[in-house]
Amino acid sequence: MNPAVDPQIPARETTNPPVIKIIGVGTAGVRLLETLPAADFTGAARVAVDTDAAALTASGVGHKIQLDNRLVHGLDTGGDAEHGRALTEEQYSTLKAAGAGAQVILLVAGLGGGVGGVITPLLARAARETGSLVLAFVTLPFDWEGNHRRDQARQDLKQIRAQADGVICLPNQKTFKLIDENTGVVEFFRISAGLLTEALRGVWQLMTRPGLIQIHLADLCALLRDKNSEAVFAFVEAAGSARAREVVEKLLAHPLLEEGRALAESDTVLVNLMGGRDLAMGEVNRVMEQITRQCEHARVIMGASVDEPLKDRLTVTVIAARHGRPAVSGDAATSRSAHACPPPRETPVKPHAAGGRRKADPKLRQELLPLATISKGRFDKSEPTIHEGEDLDIPTYLRRGVSLY
Amino acid sequence: MFDDSNLIVGLEIGTSKVCVVVGELNAEGALNIIGLGQAPASGVRKGEIVDPAQAEESVHYAIVEAERMANVEISHVYLGVTGAHIRGFNNRGIHRVLAADHEITDVDVQDVVKNAKAINLPVENCIVHAVRQHFFLDGQDGITNPVGMLGSLLEVDVHVVHGVTNRLQNAVRLVKGLHLEVDEIVFNGLASSLALLTNEQKELGALVIDLGGGTTEYVVYVNGIIRHTGVLAIGGDHVSNDLGHGLKVSLSRAEKLKCEHGAAVVQAASKGHTITLAHELNLPARTINHEHLQRIMSLRLEEIFQIIAEDLEQAGLLDYLGAGVFIGGGGARIPHLAQLAESVFKAPAFLGQTNSISGLKSALDQPEFLTAIGLVKYASLKSRRRPAGGFLSLLKNQFGRVLSLFF
Repeated sequence: MNPAVDPQIPARETTNPPVIKIIGVGTAGVRLLETLPAADFTGAARVAVDTDAAALTASGVGHKIQLDNRLVHGLDTGGDAEHGRALTEEQYSTLKAAGAGAQVILLVAGLGGGVGGVITPLLARAARETGSLVLAFVTLPFDWEGNHRRDQARQDLKQIRAQADGVICLPNQKTFKLIDENTGVVEFFRISAGLLTEALRGVWQLMTRPGLIQIHLADLCALLRDKNSEAVFAFVEAAGSARAREVVEKLLAHPLLEEGRALAESDTVLVNLMGGRDLAMGEVNRVMEQITRQCEHARVIMGASVDEPLKDRLTVTVIAARHGRPAVSGDAATSRSAHACPPPRETPVKPHAAGGRRKADPKLRQELLPLATISKGRFDKSEPTIHEGEDLDIPTYLRRGVSLY
Repeated sequence: MFDDSNLIVGLEIGTSKVCVVVGELNAEGALNIIGLGQAPASGVRKGEIVDPAQAEESVHYAIVEAERMANVEISHVYLGVTGAHIRGFNNRGIHRVLAADHEITDVDVQDVVKNAKAINLPVENCIVHAVRQHFFLDGQDGITNPVGMLGSLLEVDVHVVHGVTNRLQNAVRLVKGLHLEVDEIVFNGLASSLALLTNEQKELGALVIDLGGGTTEYVVYVNGIIRHTGVLAIGGDHVSNDLGHGLKVSLSRAEKLKCEHGAAVVQAASKGHTITLAHELNLPARTINHEHLQRIMSLRLEEIFQIIAEDLEQAGLLDYLGAGVFIGGGGARIPHLAQLAESVFKAPAFLGQTNSISGLKSALDQPEFLTAIGLVKYASLKSRRRPAGGFLSLLKNQFGRVLSLFF
């Protein structure tokens, strides 16, 4: 980017990018950290934290912190959360030192095991104590990894939410829908890791790249700050002449956004568009128009920037956050599952007919079909049983999105 | 007819069933079950009456059946109550001992319990139970009966169970409409726990779950005292409803499938297995996937347990279930329920069996009767606490108490 060519785009030197550290925690976290392409994350200090000495030695990350005590013997905790917890409490000061000096800390971890999910909350706490802003990027285990890991991961997620400024969570199970079933295992994990990398990159670019329409770090924090908020993330790109239309279509079909339902239920939506030099105002307009139509109730924070290497591609990053608060009405209650990260929602009904939108929407749309009221059966007229915003009268398998067919 | 002063009757108006248990206290004060009555309930949803006329009829049938079986006439009952409006919490009362010698008397104990019961409830609510827990005397913990001890500051923890007065009164009115006196209303969860747990289990710490038709009550005992109670307005009805919706069958059919083919954990044998439905009103026969049936059930039941486990975790009680989890109510008939409970609570789980009462075997074996049996047990404990021997001894007792004030 050359400031002499286009005075509208401020040079990177003039803006003062924050000091950012990316910390990978646990086996999954460290591996993800390695896969981050160096070119995209220039200037980030990378730190790997794990208990497994062998895995750490194998990793190419510069700064490594190995947590060790007599219980672990330099090995993995073997999925034992208690070990991980004891270890972290012991070496809290080490963790504090790991995050020192950074303004923003991005934590990367896979939840459900003995290290990532356990150390991350404590690391987040340590980092916050040193005055950094903490964003956590976490993955939830696949359904087939078993109940224990799933429950563990849920607990971990709760803990992290309590400690970090913001959490972006990627349930691995959802990536199934994204990827063709015949994909090889190695390839599959690469794509799955790629999704998290995209999330990281999206946030990274928000923070470091100067934009035509700038999204400030403060905006991002405000979006993710609410302790109860749940954020979902999507990153799409398209090229060619019809790219504006294509990105919108891809976004609305994105499994992580629940086919666009997540947008409809969000309170705040952050949209960042990036394109090559030929990014046209008309395209920005078209994309934003479509997105805002999807989320009429949300506060939309919008940013746009030009990144030359993108050439004729257009990328859109969307982070949709929904603030936690007890929903009372029936359809708002079901919508919770769209955001609650664990397992994906797959109603037996066709995707576009399903989905609760918030009431007071005057326009008639297909999505408005009140699915929730149908499924309450004999409890249709009785006093609803609401627990943490979920209407428990609706069959559990529907709320949890378990497919029977 | 005999003198009915030794007769105690428990009546539970459940969502799916009305249960009546008739107990008799023998001369030693031991309880013996002599009669049972039950009738399918109608007009009850989620543990509360929605159609008094229908519900009254059900109660009437059950009472008549019990009267016939025990060959007695029922005139007053202990009534079990439940519903999502019922809440439990712990409260502490403080009382300063004013007597010059700092000796604690019955009056002090009554005062401190009264203080503990003085709580800010919503105006429409009333207290169902205020169960005394431990006393503290000048900060000393674990005192069960402070009368006669010395101290200056007496405190007591009580567990208060309260509910919305009008909704509680609905059931009472209905029973009174049948010309029956209500001796007392008792929270169903409490009654079930009395029927299930031995004193030792209460000491060790135990969770009692009464998985009923419309509601699930749960009670936690730690160190011999009630620490936590709760009601979840979900039960077997929800399981049937889920099945009806998921398998696309009628509710009555779903209910039947649940009883005949259900399980709390998906069984390996059911995978790929189908159930053929018989003809129903000339409709062609259908097949239903056995695995789906069990998965739908399993998810619902697991969720119920998870909600309870979360609640206990918040109350900090999940690690205190030394004796384990005890499950009663009609839901306890679901195969492999204990296995599911074990995996959720990570504690041993048992299907409830009443051991502490003698009498009709048929009553004690049925988990549905647990609450009604517990009601009778509650009543027997009450009457044991009351001075035996009628008016004269009562007078003597009172007189003795007055005398003890002077000497």
